[in-house]
Amino acid sequence: MSDKIPVTVLTGYLGAGKTTLLNRILSEEHGYKFAVIVNEFGEIGIDNDLVVGADEEVFEMNNGCICCTVRGDLIRIIEGLMKRKGKFDAIIVETTGLADPAPVAQTFFVDQEVQDTARLDAVVTVADAKWLSARLKDAPEAKNQIAFADVIILNKQDLVTPEELREVEARIRAINPYATLHKTTKCQVPLDAVLGKNAFDLDRILEIEPAFLEVDDHDHHDHGHDHHGHDHGIDHGLKHFHDEEMQSVAIQIDGDVDPVRFMPWINLIAQREGPKILRSKGILAFKDEPKRFVFQGVHMILDGDLQREWREDEKRGCKLVFIGRELNEADLRSGFMACAVNQPQS
Amino acid sequence: MMEEYDESLTPFVKTVAAGSETILPAFLADKPILALSDGSFLFVETGERVQAFPDAAILCARADARRIVAGGDNGKIVEMTPDGRTATLGEEPGKWIDAIAIREDGATAWSAGKQVRARDTKGALRGWAAPSSARGLAFLPKGYRLAASHYNGVSLWFPNLDAEPDLLKWPGSHLDLTLSPDGNFCITAMQENALHGWRIADKKDMRMTGYPAKTRSFSFSHDGQWMATSGAEACVVWPFQSKDGPMGKPPRECGVRPAKVSQVAFHPRALVLAVGYEDGWILMIRLDDGAELLVRKGLDEGETPPRDKPIVSALSWDEHGRRLMYGMQDGEAGMLTLPPVPPKR
Repeated sequence: MSDKIPVTVLTGYLGAGKTTLLNRILSEEHGYKFAVIVNEFGEIGIDNDLVVGADEEVFEMNNGCICCTVRGDLIRIIEGLMKRKGKFDAIIVETTGLADPAPVAQTFFVDQEVQDTARLDAVVTVADAKWLSARLKDAPEAKNQIAFADVIILNKQDLVTPEELREVEARIRAINPYATLHKTTKCQVPLDAVLGKNAFDLDRILEIEPAFLEVDDHDHHDHGHDHHGHDHGIDHGLKHFHDEEMQSVAIQIDGDVDPVRFMPWINLIAQREGPKILRSKGILAFKDEPKRFVFQGVHMILDGDLQREWREDEKRGCKLVFIGRELNEADLRSGFMACAVNQPQS
Repeated sequence: MMEEYDESLTPFVKTVAAGSETILPAFLADKPILALSDGSFLFVETGERVQAFPDAAILCARADARRIVAGGDNGKIVEMTPDGRTATLGEEPGKWIDAIAIREDGATAWSAGKQVRARDTKGALRGWAAPSSARGLAFLPKGYRLAASHYNGVSLWFPNLDAEPDLLKWPGSHLDLTLSPDGNFCITAMQENALHGWRIADKKDMRMTGYPAKTRSFSFSHDGQWMATSGAEACVVWPFQSKDGPMGKPPRECGVRPAKVSQVAFHPRALVLAVGYEDGWILMIRLDDGAELLVRKGLDEGETPPRDKPIVSALSWDEHGRRLMYGMQDGEAGMLTLPPVPPKR
């Protein structure tokens, strides 16, 4: 395991319960010591020894990439925290309710010194079950935070009816079917639901399947909401929503792709569509390559590597997933299909 | 192939078990002192420790022969004089001190996020809010004027005037800052592994690029004609002899090694450089012919670095150029005392 300090990013629209989750993480008996980076010292106190106030200074990089923004203050704070190395085990970054998670995430891929000392573990988004549906309509930030998330804590489920809960869940899934979703009251989730996710670790991108059949954290409910959780399996009882602006696109190829065609294509997509693509992931079988190629991306930044070998009992195949706004699915599909070694018969 | 270095200086190096990362070595009235990340000042010769920042870390420090001033992650700015006495010069509650600048006349400046403050020789405080976090500070040699680097440029601020600071513009995030000794040039290290410079008189821009990593250490030669920089697998030295500075001129490179340079320090009286590397090596290099002497041997080539990497984090000469102190991120420090007759090759 790398000795880089894991960093968890907590996002969520105003009032969703970020600070509640943060204090929950900090107060649990886990033996870990955290350094907590908060955007402002809010009214609710944070019960931790090492709390650092941040200014959320988002900077553009001078590398010709318009969406390549980083958090300058975060670079500085992480550098400063290293002067206290050994006094904490992990870092939690709480962003403001209106923050775009991308610059925070990109900081961990763009700055070499940050990359040498810390690694992004996961983006955790807290959403308010009662108000999220409305915010998805009027607050682009809320939609970004849902689309970007690796883990979504759908909080305050005690304030809505089972029908309303299913609707908001369906709206989340219309935007991001891949995040792990936990339905909670007062952010009561087990710690390992939020920490140690390794969501940006290429070795952990094992499969990319929609996460519809999800843990429901029933054990942590104390409001007797169990009744609505038993319709699992029959399409989860979810209505299908389509979000006009933000979608996910998944494309699959049975068999191999040609890296000579795929690499230039994915780089072109990252360059041209990067501003619209919030997250991307892929597992690929390259022609004549016994190992799986995995990649993940944030906007224009792509990170990919050959991983383990394809197992004998595994069917070689390729799958790409994009989450973003106004994605041209037909274009992405035809571009990817053109990389296939065995072209589909028309 | 492993290069052979002249080891005639290594018997004159004494190591110091500092215990934590050196932020700045200094010589106060000729007494060697280390400002350490654990919040203390260590008198190297007596072993006395002054815990100036209880339960806090020192993030930045500056020193001359009369005092050392450090800023902590407890928001305090603490000055220590050669007798070991400390005084708190200022406090930014709940913030971290990001940068410090001092003047020989006793003036001090610091920044915490956007907040920049200057404290004159009489202790009068003036404040100014930079447009974004000020990462680098330096007093101009003439007049009571402070240069502060921030996003999209450098501001030149007269603390005693109410006028808006003069702005040296260049897009991007400017980190550390230095001024040429004559005050004609201002140079910043940028987020994008490049330096940017301005001739202050006409604000003419200079781009100094080609670094594989960020420059975190610069040093001007005693005659002001050269500026040595870290951030490459060699010490990159820019010429500042002409009134155009390094514009249109290639830099010199010396001390080429298979590791990045992390710290540079020009000798205060001769064109000799001390160069520290990320793998713990320290060389002394004569600029004229590039001749190298070994000061500290670090990791062997290809050797796996330990968990705490032995990165050279600080280098300082005393004002006479007789002693060189170094500090490492892993808590080691040391001092070279040059033998009476300079070694000849």
